[in-house]
Amino acid sequence: MKLREIQRLLQAEVVWGTEALLETNIECACSADLMSDVLAFGQPGQLLLTGLSNAQSVRTADILEAKAIVYVRGKWPDEEGLELAMVKGIPVLSTKRMMYEACGILYTHGLQGILVSDTIKKE
Amino acid sequence: MSGENVLSQSFEIIGGNFGRAGKASTTVKDILKELGIDPSIIRRTAIATYEAEMNVVMYAEKGEMTLRVTPEMVHLHLQDQGPGIPDIKLAMKEGYSTATPEMREMGFGAGMGLPNIKKNSDLFEISSEVGKGTRLEIFIYLNPKVKANP
Repeated sequence: MKLREIQRLLQAEVVWGTEALLETNIECACSADLMSDVLAFGQPGQLLLTGLSNAQSVRTADILEAKAIVYVRGKWPDEEGLELAMVKGIPVLSTKRMMYEACGILYTHGLQGILVSDTIKKE
Repeated sequence: MSGENVLSQSFEIIGGNFGRAGKASTTVKDILKELGIDPSIIRRTAIATYEAEMNVVMYAEKGEMTLRVTPEMVHLHLQDQGPGIPDIKLAMKEGYSTATPEMREMGFGAGMGLPNIKKNSDLFEISSEVGKGTRLEIFIYLNPKVKANP
């Protein structure tokens, strides 16, 4: 799913991102406010949905090689986070949707979650 | 070329400075990219480094992280001056955390840090002295099939 489509579905504002970056194809997503969990379970190339608006959310996305960030609940990155996103070329969107709703919309439109562990698959 | 150091660089980490937190890890990642290291190795190193750096920022007064890249491996040495860890076995347990609400507000303190560092390392050593500090040794081999002697 193109990031532009994600923006449309979530009625999100583009906080930062070039036209070319909005054409980025996103294959999976993960949502969390705890960056420790994102670092433990995240996948490279994922979309990060979060309500954590400090610079650590952007730094986590960079460390993980996430393709884009969507801030939920109308949050915006702080100044340092936004600057880092621009330096690292990570597009940033902001939606007024709650986390659950934002994830639900994207999931029902075909955007998969990150790969689950073998244990969960077997169940 | 075996045994020769390709690169060695140290970073100072200041405890409690959340504004700078993660900058050393970002620099480590950039260095490894410039060296043309395999992306999966970079990713594992970056995650382990970031978790370790955040631990110093959250718990210690200060610390030093040294990155050493050889033809065989990426080696990270971290030594902090801080409260130390009384029970390392317990601290290595997923979900165990002594984080304050302020740390959780920063998005950390889920009790995943040390286990995640270990998960992303080929070899991980930790030692700690209460009241003095904690030392971490993280080894990530560039060729997973060749387990070099650290």
